[in-house]
Amino acid sequence: MPDAPAATDDWVPSALERERAAYRLRATRRSVLIAAAATVVALLVVGLAVTSSPGWPAFRETFFNWDKAIASLPAVLAGLWLNIRVLLVCSVAIALISLTIAILRTLRGPVFFPLRALATAYVDIFRGLPLLLLLFLLGFGMPALRLAGLPNSAMFWGGLAITLSYSAYVAEVLRAGIESIHPSQWAAARSLGLSYRQALRYVVLPQAIRRVTPALMNDVVSLQKDSGLVAVLGIVDAIRAAQIETSLDYNYTPYVVAGVLFLILTIPMARFTDWLARRQGQHGGML
Amino acid sequence: MSEIGSSPQDEAPSPLLSLQKVRKSFGDNVVLRDVSLDVAEGECVVLIGSSGSGKSTLLRCINLLERVDDGVIRLDGEDITDPRVDADATRARIGIVFQSYNLFPHLSVLDNVLLAPVRVHGIDREVARADAKLMLERVGLADKANARPDALSGGQQQRVAIARALVNKPLLMLLDEVTSALDPELVGEVLDLLKDLKSEGMTMVLNTHEMGFARRVADTVCFLHGGGIHEQGSPEAVLGSPAQERTRQFLRRLHTDQA
Repeated sequence: MPDAPAATDDWVPSALERERAAYRLRATRRSVLIAAAATVVALLVVGLAVTSSPGWPAFRETFFNWDKAIASLPAVLAGLWLNIRVLLVCSVAIALISLTIAILRTLRGPVFFPLRALATAYVDIFRGLPLLLLLFLLGFGMPALRLAGLPNSAMFWGGLAITLSYSAYVAEVLRAGIESIHPSQWAAARSLGLSYRQALRYVVLPQAIRRVTPALMNDVVSLQKDSGLVAVLGIVDAIRAAQIETSLDYNYTPYVVAGVLFLILTIPMARFTDWLARRQGQHGGML
Repeated sequence: MSEIGSSPQDEAPSPLLSLQKVRKSFGDNVVLRDVSLDVAEGECVVLIGSSGSGKSTLLRCINLLERVDDGVIRLDGEDITDPRVDADATRARIGIVFQSYNLFPHLSVLDNVLLAPVRVHGIDREVARADAKLMLERVGLADKANARPDALSGGQQQRVAIARALVNKPLLMLLDEVTSALDPELVGEVLDLLKDLKSEGMTMVLNTHEMGFARRVADTVCFLHGGGIHEQGSPEAVLGSPAQERTRQFLRRLHTDQA
């Protein structure tokens, strides 16, 4: 915590205040030191326990083989590119569908009952169905119908399954955000002559989305990893690529490579949203 | 509650609350430059001054919701600005009531009042419940014990907030513009309650824009201006015939606004 605010006059801290500041500094230093020491000790203990275990050399060879890592990197990276493409395309589609569903679910009045019911049914069904089942139903089922004009690609149907499922989750997060905005904000916006749509767009949604950003981030990171599930339809994502590499010699290092690559993708994004949240004058998750 | 102390003009023993050269700034904005003030047991000090003159900040500093940049605040002889002092324990001895009530909306009225006795003071729930009910009865809201705060009027909510503070038997009550958010016809019920409190000998520091009320309950009125106490004295003196030009200006403007 920053001490000693900028003085605009000739204020000089009293001896007492200097003593208090010094005490606080000492107390802070002590806490930081204790925390740092405890962390280092804990890591050392875990590290020693793992590396001194009898199976460690074999474990290291199987999971952390540098040469194998280098050799498998191109294939895993190529697979990761699929994850990234699925992520990008699906997140746009999910944003659009989930926002529509969320807004439909928050509409009031008997006129909108059919839309509300439809949106509720959508959430009930697609949130309830296991994603894997959806993938199989769409990925193997739809092409089997042999309907003219429908695409045949596993990528398309896999992406659609993921989009449908995730939209249901995200719609509920957004709805919670919208409903958490106090009615007085609607009243204030409508009182200025803004239409329902404008009030939603310019007043309610910006506040709602800000409030649920951490929850939305959860879904984005989760989507990043689940994007690999399209592999069950026979396409190769990072994990599937790692699996193929592994099957050559039963060395599991490629899995670790894929894991590290996923972390490299997600961690910066998490810090970015924290930063964004803090900049908006709201407490983001601290590391 | 202790008996009513001698009037502050007498040779008071040590003051219950004593501020010496308190300073508080937010960034470059020095809100309190040099505030010194003694409050005797049973005394009611009313802070007046324009918005931004630091009235609320002063109350928040006393309750340790803000940390002073410099100076000392003593409660019952103890320096509560010392970083070695347990701030939670200090706050538990001081009651504060806020302008916008700040009731916990997820708790019933009774549970709002019960929270601190049970969780902070470790009083048995049944015993605390009896205390809390008595306190609600005192503020005239016994029948609302199970209601949610948002089902109450502003005046009722503010009375619950006062009960919530009083139930902990504080040494000192701080009241931050407790009637500013209320409809005029609801102001009376809250002010009456505060007058009762005062007559029971509760030590109070409050800020208000209700000069009529200040006149009736204050033992001492302090006019805050320019980061310090610009003028201080009995309500008759400060509100009736202020010595300082600034105070006169402030009161004049207030009167024209209210007219």
